[in-house]
Amino acid sequence: MNNNIILLIFTMMVVTYLPRVIPFFVMNKKKTPEHVKQFLNYIPFAILGALIIPDGINAIEGNYLVSSVSLLIAGLLAWKRGGIILPIVVAIIVAVLMQSTDLFV
Amino acid sequence: MNKYFTDGLDGLKAGTPVIMGYFPIAIAFGIMAKTQGISLTHTFMFSAVVFAGASQFMALNLMSIGTSFTGIVTATFLMNLRHFLMSSAINQRLHDIKKRWLPILGFMVTDENFAVVCTHNRKLTISYFLSLQLSCYLAWVMGSIFGYQFGDIFPDIIKKSMNIALYAMFVALLIPKAKKSNQAIILALMAGALNTLLGLLQIANTSVNLILSVIISTSIGVLIFKKTKGIDHE
Repeated sequence: MNNNIILLIFTMMVVTYLPRVIPFFVMNKKKTPEHVKQFLNYIPFAILGALIIPDGINAIEGNYLVSSVSLLIAGLLAWKRGGIILPIVVAIIVAVLMQSTDLFV
Repeated sequence: MNKYFTDGLDGLKAGTPVIMGYFPIAIAFGIMAKTQGISLTHTFMFSAVVFAGASQFMALNLMSIGTSFTGIVTATFLMNLRHFLMSSAINQRLHDIKKRWLPILGFMVTDENFAVVCTHNRKLTISYFLSLQLSCYLAWVMGSIFGYQFGDIFPDIIKKSMNIALYAMFVALLIPKAKKSNQAIILALMAGALNTLLGLLQIANTSVNLILSVIISTSIGVLIFKKTKGIDHE
């Protein structure tokens, strides 16, 4: 398992590093075709969506309500105010508060 | 004052919100890794060698459900592919930076410091860029170790609640874009719905489901959306 993890980490590094660094060396004179650009542009939103739903709802071990409410509040904050730190911190606080009372368990 | 020094300081200042944001998430990562039985060394390596927050969490998740090596690597690749576009955008603005720095600068490109670079109105100098990236990098790595070592201070309830940090980060990344573009929210919902559906139908394992739902929904998006100016990557 040890060697597997190290191999995994380094392989992850390679697949992460290459897209990050190649653009700096390919002078970008060649323009990427429009629909490829579009596809690449769209991917993060799809990924974010697929990551949040359904796993986010199950983030707090089987407690769908707490997870969903925390995420909703984080979403509201992000909508009203933007930023990354506050939504995250508030989500954690909400989750803690909700779990400390027995109401939501 | 020495130009390198002032630029470096500027980079550090500009990176401060990112650093403050990275700490809680990195700590959550350290805690999560320890909970999953990952060693301190490996946790350190995830953060120091891969340095890609969301995909690190995703990898932990996938590992815990027994996803294959290939599955995790593919998911990581897809998740981080967007950095390609960010680097391309940054590349347009690099004029006087010596080539030898590029491998190092390229390594540390992330969503957050890309966003900072985008709002930097003056010329991108190596001192600015490097200090920005290095400070973010250090914050991330140190936060992970801190979370791992000292995460035990936090009572169980807080540790469990930290699990939500990752998803809250995803939400916080997605919502501002969704505000600006209907396409973003439609894509996200489509992918989320597909992922849920594939999961319920037990089509494949979680990582394949995720990749499938992303590729399918993105392809549908390309087919049905009129090309707008493109969804801005902050």
